[in-house]
Amino acid sequence: MSGFVVNAVLIFFLVLIAFLALRLHRLFAMVMLSGAFSLVAAALFVVLDAVDVAFTEAAVGAGISTVLALATLSLVPVEEKPHKVAIIPAFIALTTGVLLALAVTDLPKFGAADAPIHNYVAPDFISGSENDIGVPNVVTSVLASYRGYDTLGETVVIFTAAIAVLLIIGGWTRDRRRVSKQAEDDHAG
Amino acid sequence: MSSLLDAFLGQWNYFLVILLMMIGFYAVIARGNMVKKMVGLNIFQTSVFMLYISMGKISEGTAPILTGDAATVYSNPLPHVLILTAIVVGVATTAVGYALIIRIQESFDTIEDDDIILLMEDETEDAQ
Repeated sequence: MSGFVVNAVLIFFLVLIAFLALRLHRLFAMVMLSGAFSLVAAALFVVLDAVDVAFTEAAVGAGISTVLALATLSLVPVEEKPHKVAIIPAFIALTTGVLLALAVTDLPKFGAADAPIHNYVAPDFISGSENDIGVPNVVTSVLASYRGYDTLGETVVIFTAAIAVLLIIGGWTRDRRRVSKQAEDDHAG
Repeated sequence: MSSLLDAFLGQWNYFLVILLMMIGFYAVIARGNMVKKMVGLNIFQTSVFMLYISMGKISEGTAPILTGDAATVYSNPLPHVLILTAIVVGVATTAVGYALIIRIQESFDTIEDDDIILLMEDETEDAQ
């Protein structure tokens, strides 16, 4: 029961933060709220027993993402243009939400120990971790050993993203971009 | 009515996470400012993580770190691993998104998508 209350309070905070972030026109405050969102989400992950996810979310979601957003804000306008409530997107979001809520009623009850997800490979991982890998943290042994290829794929994605960022805004293409921008301005002038 | 209430109490966590998801989704599709779209995407993404982690939770369970006591119930470690990977991949794609925003600002001097559409329409008219 106490878990229920803590969960409900944390999710209430998350809804509040998300709603405020949607309403604000000052992008700096909005980015800060986004960092706060990740931090409260990390607290929720601790309550849901996912301690490894919690500290990754706190470090990467609240830390690195916020730094990236602030670095972007130093180069772009920090005020959002005022706008009206958009009816069609609101309708699409509402419809999607209702459909998802209907679909979710087919899921096993929250916290049920006999749900199919708990009866497939997870028990093998938990019972085998000690002998196969010798690491008490089951998440570590699944991440680095049982499903090591997934982690290899993850590093490939990060490498690709790093190359993409360098190609988009890195120094290699800057001179060429400046020349083409100059030519464009001359043309316009 | 009581069966509806039972269904809600059994799955309230999922319903609230879907509410969060839809706030993020609305920010992504309705707002023209690109930094705001990215923040919306971040909220959407984190809510999806919450849905997965909720599925791995077992009541009375504990974090999947072996205690040596055979009677301990552990929550499912598999969603945790998938979401760890997803968080890191998420921040990598976020970085590419922000890089594109900076590049768009360099080219168009604005990051509002309706302004960019107007600029591009002007350009095609000039070309004709």
